[in-house]
This record gives sequence, structure tokens and C-alpha cells, in this order.
Amino acid sequence: MDRGRLIETMQEILGPQGVIYEREQLRTYECDGLMNYRVIPELVVLPESAEHVQKIVQTCYDEGIPFVARGSGTGLSGGALPVESGVLIVLSRMRKILEVDLENQRIVVEPGVINIWVSQEVADEGYYYAPDPASQIVSSIGGNLAENSGGVHCLKYGFTTNHVMGAEVVLPDGSIVHIGGGMVPDAPGYELLGAFVGSEGTLGIATKITLRLVRKPEAVRTLLAAFTDTEEAGGAVSGIIGAGIVPAAIEMMDALTIEAVEKQVAPGFPEAGALLIVELDGPEAEVASQFDQVIEVCQENEASEIRVAEDDEERALFWKGRKAAFGAMGSISNDYYVQDGVVPRTELGTVLKRISDLSNDYQLRVANVFHAGDGNLHPLVLYDNDVPGEAEKAEELAGDIVFVCLEHGGSLTGEHGIGQDKKKYMPKMFTTDDMDVMQLLRCAFDPHQICNPGKIFPTPRLCGERPGPFHMHPVQKAGLAENF
Amino acid sequence: MQTKSVVAEDLGGIVGKENVREATAEDTIDGVEPSLVVEPGSVEEIGAVMKLASREGLAVSPRGGGTKAGWGAPPRALDLVLSMARMDEITEHVPGDQIVRTQSGVKFGALQEKLAEANQMLALDPPEKDATVGGVVAANSSGPRRYKYGTVRDLIIGITVVLADGTIAKAGGKVVKNVAGYDLSKLFTGSFGTLGVIADANFRLHPRPEAVRTVAVEVESPQAARDAAQAIVHSQVEATAVELHWGEETKLVSVLLESIPDGIGAKEEAASFLLKSFGKERTLDEEADDLRPPSTDSAGYEVDIKIGAPPAELTSVLDSILNAAERRGATVSMTGHAGSGVTYAGLSGEEDDLVGLVEEVREIRTRSGGSVIVRRAPASFKDKVDVWGPAGDYLGLTRRVKEKFDPGYFMNPGRFIGGI
Repeated sequence: MDRGRLIETMQEILGPQGVIYEREQLRTYECDGLMNYRVIPELVVLPESAEHVQKIVQTCYDEGIPFVARGSGTGLSGGALPVESGVLIVLSRMRKILEVDLENQRIVVEPGVINIWVSQEVADEGYYYAPDPASQIVSSIGGNLAENSGGVHCLKYGFTTNHVMGAEVVLPDGSIVHIGGGMVPDAPGYELLGAFVGSEGTLGIATKITLRLVRKPEAVRTLLAAFTDTEEAGGAVSGIIGAGIVPAAIEMMDALTIEAVEKQVAPGFPEAGALLIVELDGPEAEVASQFDQVIEVCQENEASEIRVAEDDEERALFWKGRKAAFGAMGSISNDYYVQDGVVPRTELGTVLKRISDLSNDYQLRVANVFHAGDGNLHPLVLYDNDVPGEAEKAEELAGDIVFVCLEHGGSLTGEHGIGQDKKKYMPKMFTTDDMDVMQLLRCAFDPHQICNPGKIFPTPRLCGERPGPFHMHPVQKAGLAENF
Repeated sequence: MQTKSVVAEDLGGIVGKENVREATAEDTIDGVEPSLVVEPGSVEEIGAVMKLASREGLAVSPRGGGTKAGWGAPPRALDLVLSMARMDEITEHVPGDQIVRTQSGVKFGALQEKLAEANQMLALDPPEKDATVGGVVAANSSGPRRYKYGTVRDLIIGITVVLADGTIAKAGGKVVKNVAGYDLSKLFTGSFGTLGVIADANFRLHPRPEAVRTVAVEVESPQAARDAAQAIVHSQVEATAVELHWGEETKLVSVLLESIPDGIGAKEEAASFLLKSFGKERTLDEEADDLRPPSTDSAGYEVDIKIGAPPAELTSVLDSILNAAERRGATVSMTGHAGSGVTYAGLSGEEDDLVGLVEEVREIRTRSGGSVIVRRAPASFKDKVDVWGPAGDYLGLTRRVKEKFDPGYFMNPGRFIGGI
């Protein structure tokens, strides 16, 4: 199918307003939140319903045209990077909240719905949607699902995968399936939904998503504690976890991050080598007692200042400072590279020291802001694109940082995904067999490899028969069992 | 396929002669007797055994504690039982990271004991006492605490599997937060041994609660049971479990509460206050195990079923079972995770009556998006009723997944949904 015919076909499905094909307009979609990679797609389509998505995908399948789904385009691993000569399916017009079932604590939404809208929709009834990535005011539920987004409160409440209960999915062959029970637990069959969430848009497109709603806690207490350095702050983190407390969140920021955040949004943070934000929520009596314990632990670890949020406004200010951290780097550096790695919590101290050594070796500043409770680091490598070679150096340093995470038993990514950005590192974490077996799943969902191709895996495998011996089972051979 | 003795010898060459034996009546699954039982001692040995088994075209059934061997549909073929009994090492427990790595043959109880030494737990409470870690994962077994902590899929963070062709692969890792690669740990959860052998698994852990209490209320009607459960679910109590017991004598909704010593009193008070308008309060022991009164233990019944439905539909779930049972003169006793939408019913009566009962209840539930799975039943019952019931529109995809992982249908053939 030539370009003209493809545009016409898509216009027949979506109407003239639903197809973008002028080069200048296409440029808007050339990258997602990770701007190092840019590809202009053949065309962009804007479906308004599952039926639209189904027809678009069906066309792509019939014609062998690759496609990529995109939500709000805030992803940080290039997961929504378009494919040249492929179709970019932008889901931002699918923004309806379809059903609220408070009795069963579920909400059904279209993929383009913004994360924060879900909580807003049910706030008056005393409910909210727990996963809260820093991007929550712009990022979409479909994108969150694809990336298995985390957030600052996932220590207690889990990740997107723990809150997506069902999905209507357009598979890469254009068929529609419903996976996960939605309102119903333990649907019989394989845990296809668990495999689908976090598959970075490579297994299909979710067109309807059932989410779990969480009852708002009775009490929330938040404090900010200042420490001389990250080591002392890390000691406090270990102390809190060691006491058997499961805080809703424990976040850490180092001196450089604090400086940047102050410049950008001026939350009035104390001057310190490291700051912790600790939040507890739950029943009043439990929270009150454990909050005192947290304060004690911070004091034992030489906190120079402890500030307790007096009201929702002050709490919001603490979080505003934390959630602004990435963007605030612009106030202290021309350019910065956001890294995302995970280490076992007990390795935090050692790993931070090694990051600091690497920073010295490379002569580039690294700001650290992270989800300390679950060992998810976000080192921000600061550089200047105008200095020749510095961007490459920054990327190399960022790479070295995740290798350090791996050496200490961690992971390449805690919440941003592998996408385009880290697929080259996958062999450092997984063997060829590991990746080949993962790709068996890919082949079951997307045998022609047209759905977000080229992401996650460094070497896509063909979906033919697996190498190795294949024997028909005797029962099958004897005609005793039905055709498999 | 070569003769049994030649295969046994080849297997002995891999795992040692002493770890291969002829199967006995005890190894039978739903009346189908395997030829051999093999006990590999390492993931590499499992790989070599599977390679041999697929070369010989053997149907393989992985087995942990054997506590759920009667679950699922009867095997279409069964040659080799792969016992995980020797894979019983807890590989790594790091209390500070709240994670554990364990081989799949480790007994679930032994694992919990070990974790308790560090005041931690794997927050799963499957009812099968002698289950292994691998069995719990493969059957997606859960208990009352799933209301707060979720099920296996929510707590498993890494896995090592061996495919039918002997390929060894891992996914996930030993950190709780991790989105690198596909989440095969979840895919293998509840896969019933049909995708491959689970060799080991990693989990996130939780601190053991310092204070535990159970409050309960006697209920007289399905509606009262449903309303009591809903009252807790929609409150800010943060209960750990909301359980239903519907025996001939005792009908209870009980709520398991966990907290710290300073917090448990207030929680108990709040839960009691909510429950008391639905019936007479009952005091139970603190231990969660006592959540199940003996009268609701369905072990003595002939057929066990598991019903999945939206939690708010509990009244309809109970009514439909009770009505169907009454009309057929069947006896029924139920327990359930009322906060999570899971109900278990133990049924006894004439076989044909029970067949009709299960089919009737299944039809009602399926119509509203729910499910009815037969968990334990005589083989003759399983011949008449599909254990799994109808799958949704995802059955084709399910089959494609199976055929990628195990194209020869060597792994537990016939026991899973849709004849998989």
C-alpha cells in the first residue's frame, strides 16, 4: 500500500481530522520524553474509539505496516519513539471515563485518560488511584500501563501492575481480547494481564482499562528530615524499614538536587547534604505511633532538622519540591540526562559512593533523587550540549551508573522502561536464552513483529519455529487427542 | 519412545540412579498413572531431564508437595513426574532488602519459619499446609490475607524456569521495583505447570505484624454477610482479611486486623462498631488460622468449587448456590474471601445433582463476567463437567502462548483451560 492509499484508508476510518500526514505536523511526534532519539513517522492517527484502533491495527496487520502506540508522550526511555515508515497511533482523544463502580472499587477508563483525573473523579467519594508517577498531571493511564509506572507511593501501595485489574486489548492482528478479570478476581487461564502490563507497547494496545480504586486513608503524616549527607539519610531509611514500618513513601534528595529545586520552585527546603521526605498513612492511632518512631529514628541518625507538615498545604509543598526535581535541573545545568536504576536497599550507601567516584572520574556533576524505600535511583547527569563530546560523555557515565546497579544485584530500570534507550544494555542483565524466552511471549502476541518493533530487545528474534527438536506427542500422533 | 528401563537409565545418568524410581499408585493423577518419577537436584539437571523428556516425547508433570495434584482437568497423558523435592534450598534471604530467593521445592511452611526468624513473612497464606513454593506459584494459591497483600502475582519479583526443550531462562530479579524485560514471573503464576518447570522464585517480603486480632459477626442472611463485608471494605480500617464462613451451624463474617500494639485497639473498635449492626458479635482467637471454623472445612465433601465474582455481588453468589443446592437436596458449606470476591463451596450429594448444580451456578456467574472452577472432584465428576469452564475471548491467545513455550504439549497436557 503506498502512502497516498494508506492516508486515504486511515481517513476513511477516522475522518480527515483524525490523520496527520504533513511533515511539519508530524515533527511534533518525533520523540517522547526522551529527546535523544527522534524519528518522524509516516503518519499519525488519532483514534477516538476502540473500534477505530481495531480498524487501524487491522489495516497495519493486513499491509505489514509497523505501528507504535503513544499516550501523552512523557515516557523517558523512548518507548513511544515512532518507527520510520510506520504509523503512530496517538490515543489522546480516547479520554473518557467509562464506568465508576465504587461498590467494587473499580473504574473503567480509556487509555488517554490522564492519571490524576482518575483520583479527581472519585475524590469526593473518599477514593483515589494509588500509582502516582511524578508525571501524573500529564501522563496517560495507557502509557502508565505500558510502562508499569511507579511513583512515590509504590512502596506501600505497589506499582501500576498491582492496580490494573483488566484490559480490553487490540492485539497486533487486529483482534480484540479482554484479559484480567476486571471486576472479578482470578480469571481462569494464564496471567496474561500481568505479562501485558509493563510490556512497553510491544504486545498490543489497551483500549479500555479497569483500575482498582483505593480508599483514602484516615490519617496522613509527612515529614521532611535534613541530614549532613546521603549516608546518614540512608541510615535513617534502613532504621525505618528495619523497625517494621511500611511507609507510604520515603524519598531522598541530595545537596545538588535540593539546590536545583530551591532555584526552580522554592519550597523552602532546609539547606542540607541530604533530605528525606517520609510519609505514613493509614488508621490514625497506628500512624501517630509509627510517626513518632520515624522521628526518633531520624534523630538517632543525626538529623539536623525535622519539619513536620502541619497541613495539606505544607505537605503539598514538600511533594511539589520532590516532584519538580527532574525539571529543576534546568536551573543549574543546560542539559541533563535522567537515569533510572535499582539497587537492593542495603546496597544504597555503597552504590551512592561509587556514583560519586564516577562523577569525579568523568568530571560531570550527578544529582541524586530517588525512591529510597525501594532502592530506585534517579541519578541526573548534568552536562552541556554546547561543549563538544559532553553529551556522549554524559550518556556513557549514565550507562556506567546502571552497570554499577547491576553489579550490586539491581536492575536496569525501576520505572522508566527499557524502550529504545536501554535495549543495548539488556544483555548485561539477561542471557540470550532469557531474552529469547521473553520473546516467545512477543511472538504469541505479535507474530509479525509490527507492534512497536525494535524496542526492549537488542536482537529481535523471528517468530518461526523454535530451534531444536520437535516431536509430536504420541497421543496426538495416534489421533487420540484433538488437534492442538 | 525407548523402553521404560532405557529412559530410566538415561535419567539416572543425569540425576543419579537413586533419584529415579518407578511410579506407584500414589503418583497417580486423576486415575492416570505415570511411568517414572525423577527428582533433579539442580536447575541444570532439570534442563537435562526436560531435554531428554522432549526428545523421547514424554508427557511431564512437575510436582511440589503434591497437595494440589487433584486440581485441574485429568491429564491427557502422563509419563514422567518431575518431583521438586530435592530443590529445597532457600538461596538467599536479605532481611534489610525484604526479599527472599528460594528454590521451588522448598516447603511453604519451612520458608515462613525461616523468614519469621527475621520477623518477616511472605504475605501469602495458602491453605495447603504441605505445599511447596513452586506449587503455590504454579497453582496461584492464595488465602485470606490476599485482601491486603494481593496474590502471588503481586509478591513474586523474579523467576527461573525450564522450558519443555530444556532451555533455562530467568526473568525479573531480586529487587522489588523492576521493569526490565517481560514479567514472566507473572505469566508463570497460575500456569499449572503447562508452560514449563518453575525452578526457583524470588519474592518481596513484609514485616510480620506485631499485633493481630480477629473480630467477627454472626450473620443470618446472605444479604447481611454481603453488607457486613462491604462495610469493612469501604471503611478506613485497613483490614488484612475479610472472610466469610457459611457452614450448617455457623455463619460468620470475620475480619482479620493487623497493626502495632498501639494501633490494634482502635482498629478493633472501629471494625466492631461497623460489624455490630449486621448481627451478633463473636470473639475469635487471635490466630489467623482459626479464621476457618471446623464446620466449614470442605475436605470431607465430594466436590469443591471456587467462584469468582465482583465482591458486591456476594448476596447473589450465596443465594444462587444455596437455592440450587436446596432444589437438588445437596449439602453445601462455604468459605470465602468476601472482600476479594472469592467464594469456595464444598458440595456433597448425588453426583448428577452436583453436576447440575455446578452447571447452573456456572451459567449464572458466567453471565455476569464471573467464573466457577471445579477444584477438587472425583474423576467421574470431571468427566461430566469441564473443570475450568468457558474461557473468555482470550482463549486463542492463551493457546498461542502455550504453543510458543511448549509446542509439543509435553507439559501437563490436558490439565489446563481449553484442553491446554
